[in-house]
Amino acid sequence: MKNPHMAHRVLTIALAGNPNSGKTTIFNALTGTRQKVGNWPGVTVEKKEGVIQWRGHTLKIVDLPGTYSLTPFSIEEIVARNFILDDRPDVVIDIIDTSNLERSLYLATQLRELDCKVVFALNMMDLATARGAKIDAPKLSELLDVPVVQTVGNRQQGIDELLSAAVDLALSDKDVPQKRKVRYNQEVEKAIEALQQVLDAQMEDALPYHPRWTAIKLIENDTIVQERVAALAGERGAALLAAARKQRDYLSDRFNDEPEIVTTDERYGFISGIIKEVLTTTTIQRVDISRAIDLVLTNRFVGMPIFFFFIWAMFQLTFTLGQYPQVVIEEGFGLLAAGMGYLLPDGLLKELVLDGIIQGVGTVAVFLPNILILFFCIALFEDTGYMARAAFLMDKIMHLVGLHGKSFIPMLMGFGCNVPAIMATRTLESQKDRILTILITPFMSCSAKLPVYTILAGAFFGAKAGTVIFAIYLIGIVFSIATGRLFRSVLFRGADAPFVMELPPYRIPMLKSLTIHMWDRSKIFIKRMGGVILIGSVVVWGLANFPRPTEIQERHAVDQARIEDRFVAQSAVQTGEEEQDALETWRSDALADLERRTQATQAEQSLLGRLGHGMAPFFAPIGVDWRGGIALLSGFVAKEIVVSTLGVLYAITDDEQSTEQALRGALRASGMTGLSAMAMMVFVLLYMPCVATVAAIRRETGSIKWMMFSIVYSTGMAWLMALIIYQGGRLLGLG
Amino acid sequence: MSVRLSEVKQGHSAVIERVGGSGALRRRILEMGMLKGVRVHVEKYAPLKDPIELIVRGMHISLRVEEAAEIIVDDIQ
Repeated sequence: MKNPHMAHRVLTIALAGNPNSGKTTIFNALTGTRQKVGNWPGVTVEKKEGVIQWRGHTLKIVDLPGTYSLTPFSIEEIVARNFILDDRPDVVIDIIDTSNLERSLYLATQLRELDCKVVFALNMMDLATARGAKIDAPKLSELLDVPVVQTVGNRQQGIDELLSAAVDLALSDKDVPQKRKVRYNQEVEKAIEALQQVLDAQMEDALPYHPRWTAIKLIENDTIVQERVAALAGERGAALLAAARKQRDYLSDRFNDEPEIVTTDERYGFISGIIKEVLTTTTIQRVDISRAIDLVLTNRFVGMPIFFFFIWAMFQLTFTLGQYPQVVIEEGFGLLAAGMGYLLPDGLLKELVLDGIIQGVGTVAVFLPNILILFFCIALFEDTGYMARAAFLMDKIMHLVGLHGKSFIPMLMGFGCNVPAIMATRTLESQKDRILTILITPFMSCSAKLPVYTILAGAFFGAKAGTVIFAIYLIGIVFSIATGRLFRSVLFRGADAPFVMELPPYRIPMLKSLTIHMWDRSKIFIKRMGGVILIGSVVVWGLANFPRPTEIQERHAVDQARIEDRFVAQSAVQTGEEEQDALETWRSDALADLERRTQATQAEQSLLGRLGHGMAPFFAPIGVDWRGGIALLSGFVAKEIVVSTLGVLYAITDDEQSTEQALRGALRASGMTGLSAMAMMVFVLLYMPCVATVAAIRRETGSIKWMMFSIVYSTGMAWLMALIIYQGGRLLGLG
Repeated sequence: MSVRLSEVKQGHSAVIERVGGSGALRRRILEMGMLKGVRVHVEKYAPLKDPIELIVRGMHISLRVEEAAEIIVDDIQ
């Protein structure tokens, strides 16, 4: 190899840019990996990476969160800045939304101030041209001393040139150009220089970041930089910060404003100088389609009705259209069970496969179509840009709860799955808002709870099942609002986070992006089906089937023989054809009944049954028997398992009917009433979230304390609410 | 005429004179390019009268009424 130095090093390329600048599209074009593309500001909340081979180089592409600035104002900004500062990527590609050049350049100038190599990607040039803007790219390159490449991300244009420019710059020995950065006014420059001298003198080479940049940030009162410098400086820290404060005070006094405001102003001044030189806007004022759409969608009169119509349509699509593939899936699992039943010899293995695995996974798999449709609708909201409008429409209401309009989106996603919903709270800028939203989102009934409602409401409310389920969802919403208000006034007092939010232009969603979106989230569900739910079903089956006392089997055999004997004796006496038929029916009914009773006895004496009986005093006041209690416990693994556990406990083995109907029948026969079903549904709605959600809460709040709080609060409230419904209903003479 | 941005009627334009408020809010408003001398168009109020949609530098931004009240503008219709 001619140049081993070149070939073996992995080059790290970071992508930075404003939200909605098309950064994610470029990332997809570069890496070809699947990733969410959205229009909602801040959809890229996670750090996404992709390693690619390109002309003999190994490139690690890191997608930074979309930000407007690099001040540590939001979590995204901190993440993006820390990555550039601490991980020191070989080159940073700044994706510039050409149709919004001025604001894009604000981030660009901040990147230039950092000590890193930057390449500009002038993205969405087509959109800018359509708006009548002409940009002199070579001039921009010259003015900021940065390589500039033109790209159209969604058409894969300019991607190769972009990589080529990035790799060239990364491998060049050229230092980061120090000229052509923002120059502030004399007073500010003097202050920066004075502080820089102090930093150089005190810290020498120990300063982690570029001295000029560090000085600017200290003057701007950047808390993160202050802390780091103080930590590194040790004893000298106090003196350094005092020196910074001196300059800060001087500038505040001089400009009668905070220095960071002055620098922001100066940066925009610097940018407007650049804009004058590179941008020519022709006077053709084209019709702004996005604005026209918003005249309707956020209209004073029809905006809200349309919004509620969209939400209603989403739920209708999810639950009515989803029914058709459900039938197919159910039949598929039926066939699978029949096939396996034929192949496997009688015994424990057969029972495990049929009753444990196929039964357990099958009851959950039927909900896959619903989940796919729901996530598709949410992706559609995000990719078109409607999500930001939803926040705009809902902010007043959310604000009453003390939340941000943006909290509406995670809460809406909570109807799908709480795990991505809780992750989506990263779009909220204030820590208070985030924790509050995380705590109340689990009360938005997730799609995994739907199977439980479908079974219970279907069994006890017949034609009114739909209304009852809707009421349950409504209770969840009301409950989360009440909780929000309560926590806001008790746990999280203080000023609300600012609501400054961009309403990005509407975009026609790309089908590919929608499906990637939908698939990425549904994958979580499918993975759980193959993992947690499979294991859960097997464990629950095992707990429900062991130990197996021989007396039960013996008694079963005795009873079976008695039925057969009676059948033989009777058929000898009654020889008429009709009588024979009646006798046959009696025999099969009696045998099936015996089978069910034996299994129920087995289940009751099993480990699970004993556990359930032990927990009975906890569940009895809310009208849930030991089987319901066990099912609810198993729901911690995943809410869908509540249904499959009920299936196992009620020993559903009927081949003729669908399992769902058989389970409904068994529930009705078990002594449950409409009232206890209602109490159980409310308990399922509110009680502790599933293990995956609990893990997400732990990760996103960064504390076990909040995780435990969430578990205890939700379970306590669930029990209390169920108690009020059940006991209250009984007092009123219902059920 | 100097008024608060929250007092500017829908469909009117105004020029920013001063951004008040403090901390994160003020910083964010300025970073979005809403600086002194910049022209702001009040596009519309949300159906529930809050927040406000503004057009600043060709970009649509929404602000709460209480936040817009911190911005002093010259109403030029």
